[in-house]
Amino acid sequence: MTSPLQQKLKITGPTAITANRLADGVVVWFTRAHGWSLDIADAAVATTAEDALALLNAANADEINAVGAYAARVSIENGRAQPFNLRERIRVGGPTIPFEAAA
Amino acid sequence: MYVYDEFDRAFLAERVSEFRDQVGRRLSGELSEEEFKPLRLMNGVYLQLHAYMLRVCIPYGTLSSLQMRALASVARRYDRGYGHFTTRQNIQFNWIKLSELPDAMAELAEAGIHGIQTSGNCIRNTTTDPWAGATPEELEDPRLYAEIIRQWSTLHPEFTYLPRKFKIAITAAKHDRAAIRVHDIGLRLHEKNGERGFEVIVGGGLGRTPFVGKTIRDFLPKEHLLSYLEAILRVYNSGGRRDNIYKARIKIQVHEIGTEEFSRRVEEEWAEIRDGALRLDDVAFATIRDRFITPDFETLEDRPAALTAALAADPAFARWHANAVTAHKVPGHAIVTLSLKPVGKPPGDATADQMDGVADLADEFAYGEIRVAHEQNLTFPHVRQKDLPALWRRLDALGLATPNVGLISDIIACPGLDYCSLANARSIPLAQRLTERFADEARIADIGRMHINISGCINACGHHHVGHIGILGVEKRDQEFYQVTLGGKGNHKARLGELIGPAVSETEVVDVVERIVDTYLDLREGPQETFIAAVQRLGLDPFKERAYAAR
Repeated sequence: MTSPLQQKLKITGPTAITANRLADGVVVWFTRAHGWSLDIADAAVATTAEDALALLNAANADEINAVGAYAARVSIENGRAQPFNLRERIRVGGPTIPFEAAA
Repeated sequence: MYVYDEFDRAFLAERVSEFRDQVGRRLSGELSEEEFKPLRLMNGVYLQLHAYMLRVCIPYGTLSSLQMRALASVARRYDRGYGHFTTRQNIQFNWIKLSELPDAMAELAEAGIHGIQTSGNCIRNTTTDPWAGATPEELEDPRLYAEIIRQWSTLHPEFTYLPRKFKIAITAAKHDRAAIRVHDIGLRLHEKNGERGFEVIVGGGLGRTPFVGKTIRDFLPKEHLLSYLEAILRVYNSGGRRDNIYKARIKIQVHEIGTEEFSRRVEEEWAEIRDGALRLDDVAFATIRDRFITPDFETLEDRPAALTAALAADPAFARWHANAVTAHKVPGHAIVTLSLKPVGKPPGDATADQMDGVADLADEFAYGEIRVAHEQNLTFPHVRQKDLPALWRRLDALGLATPNVGLISDIIACPGLDYCSLANARSIPLAQRLTERFADEARIADIGRMHINISGCINACGHHHVGHIGILGVEKRDQEFYQVTLGGKGNHKARLGELIGPAVSETEVVDVVERIVDTYLDLREGPQETFIAAVQRLGLDPFKERAYAAR
């Protein structure tokens, strides 16, 4: 079995690490300071597979604050990360349908 | 309604307390996610795209008004004010916080409901006919047997770690409203030589490898229900594949070894246990039957004058009555379906206010009883016909009287990519656009009986394989596309739909559906020929040609 430290990660462009906050499941992004932010613009962005894997390993080491970390492709706009695909746009922006909550 | 006993109540309270401790230890870091995940799943807690999702079990789809109010309270206090009723007669809350889950569960437990065995590789909620105990079509109320299965399968020590999840559905009526042929085990109660027993169907299921179930026993005397189920589960538990999650359902085992061999193994296992402790005698049936409270029905006449007058006076009421009201086995009563498919809204969703409203109406008009149907609608199984006009006005005010039950806008849809971490494409916005395209009540009544089912991924939670029109969301180069199948049916004549051609884009799919519907309207032999009958008569070709014609 491959050790997690030897695992390979393929990336196809700028990549950030995202997860869900443990206490409430809110979407969070792993920062350069090895913390978590609610804002994707704060995410640490890797441009090589090695850097992305290092970030992912650091994120996974935090068992208390976040859960289910994975590498997600991001777009860079004005130097800041933005969601790259529909799934991440929905994770960042919420469901694309209005809430049914009662007034 | 089945009334839980002290054992059930104590068990639920203990379980909540246990889960509260587990959540506390997870939040403090004492438990790792790897350790905690199976524990939360055993309590119906998933982690989805934006939040935790709690799936609450509604045993065989039966709810009291008290339980509906508990669901409303959880929606309001711990979620964002709504819940989503599912195709397995359960409800899901999409925005629950892990830290608040124990409190939410404690509230539910007070009302006798929980999330246990709504996830994980165990025996899930046994589902049944939402008209059980009310329809004149049934031999007897199948919920008696569903409750027996619930008691047997809850925390069954041998079947807590099956190769994969396991779903049982049961019907006792001529028309199958529980989709028994696409479940791991389907049970159909029927009579043979004056004796009651079950046709046992095994290995049905949808997902990435869909199968219609195979009958392995035409008639199983009812006293052997549990021993025979136990034998099936043992054959599956010992022989089902554990090497590949995609091949781990019983349907694959039945397919790989063949129905005959599977049946032989079950019969062999059953021979060992059939007359053991699981054999059900009259006392066992009576003990459980006695805990079901049947409404004290009033002596009433069919078609009371007030109803006849209202039908003549109000076309909107008459339209709803023709669509949503069904015959009851007790004179002067009716079964009423509450559509959770208003135009432009997410299929199966209900707000906390609607849930409270439904609970109030159940108390006032429906002997306090509510059902969840696998089509993601609600049902009042017992309503006095004389109350129908007043009930309709109140349901209409709640947004629950859209006269589209069983029609094209009564769409079954999974949560899709708006919520689900497994999905590839969105389901709800597509359902919303379809209901808007087919909003005209006269038009949809003319189209007639039609089931559109939408799944946002191959796992098929929207049961697209058995939709008259099935729609499966796929992803191609980060774009949403949709495959369309025709001719599926989930009822007693279950069959899987056939793919009509290449997937179409998100912008095209509503037009494609409309062209398929127009083809039917042009080619049907008359309004008496339903869409599904026309597809079977004509085959796919005329629909395929028109569906893709404009591309």
